[in-house]
Amino acid sequence: MQLINYLSSIAMPMIIFIILMHGMMERKKVFDIFLSGAQEGLSITLKIFPTLVGLFVSISLLKSSGIIDFFVNFLSPILNLLNFPKEIMPLALLRPISGNASIALATDIMKTFGVDSRIGVIAATIMGSTETTIYTIAVYTSSIKVSKTRYILAAALMADLAGIITSIIVCRIMY
Amino acid sequence: MLNFLWPIFVIFSIIYSMIFGDVETLNTAVFKGSEEAVTTSITLLGSLCLWCGIMKIAEHTKFVKKISKIIQPLVKFSFPEVKNDKKITQEISMNMVANILGLGNAATPLGLKAINSMQKQNKNKKELSNSMMMLIVINTASIQLIPTTVIALRSSLGSTNPTSIIVPVWIATLVAAIVGITSTKILIKLTDKNKRR
Repeated sequence: MQLINYLSSIAMPMIIFIILMHGMMERKKVFDIFLSGAQEGLSITLKIFPTLVGLFVSISLLKSSGIIDFFVNFLSPILNLLNFPKEIMPLALLRPISGNASIALATDIMKTFGVDSRIGVIAATIMGSTETTIYTIAVYTSSIKVSKTRYILAAALMADLAGIITSIIVCRIMY
Repeated sequence: MLNFLWPIFVIFSIIYSMIFGDVETLNTAVFKGSEEAVTTSITLLGSLCLWCGIMKIAEHTKFVKKISKIIQPLVKFSFPEVKNDKKITQEISMNMVANILGLGNAATPLGLKAINSMQKQNKNKKELSNSMMMLIVINTASIQLIPTTVIALRSSLGSTNPTSIIVPVWIATLVAAIVGITSTKILIKLTDKNKRR
């Protein structure tokens, strides 16, 4: 367990260290490059800001209207049977469809249940380990104008499901 | 997708609370929601800029190329049909490394380049080839060394140890990738048999 915690803490500084060392050794203008990258981060944030406003408002509405509770309670007998935390269900459903919407939802879950609570950690792990599957498939298939996608969606969603279930199990063991 | 989902979310919550709840909470919810969007974006801004900057340095060095050489054997195993094509295997491994490093902006163009090279060799241009399916599945599995956005979110929400989710994320993402690759391999085998009959 201690090793896992250590690995988690050392991973980020290590990556920064290795990348900066590489930049220095290749005699690149490291800080100038850093600035141009950071500038991109600024424009990414500006770009997703309007989306976040729209989505945060809609999620806030969904929550305060009580419709999410209704939906989750409706499903809870099945979820309890599968030992699936019901608070995570809306995120699991939204994750493959929209990246920004799931960021907004995950933020909300972490705020509501506590960022270091078990539910909060599960939400974060799911966000980190899965991708906006349906969007990714659409980008790739449309770039080569393929109409027959065979069973790619089934395989990719299976991978997502595996990622979500593993996130829940691992976090249950660790937290 | 959101053009459909977003209005549905809003309309359904308004209808639901008109019938079952009190409408007054909707007013506070609207302003609370837009306020949260501002606080989240501002707190996210710093760490996002930092990471984009660091990763830009990685992009400019030979770092990405070096690691992509290390994962070549893995690429050859997952893509048996193109393993003799040097250009395609290199594009695939660069795409995988960019994904692993979380270079989202670099990963997608590299992946698209790889799939377009595959399309040139594809016999049936209307259908995804086996290697194309593998490429897409690997890209949807999101194998990432440092889940930067989530860590930034956690720290902005005041987590005592924002990076503590890194190892759980590694385990979950690895399982997802293995399940994705195996199920694609199995499905490829099954359908190839059907074709031969």
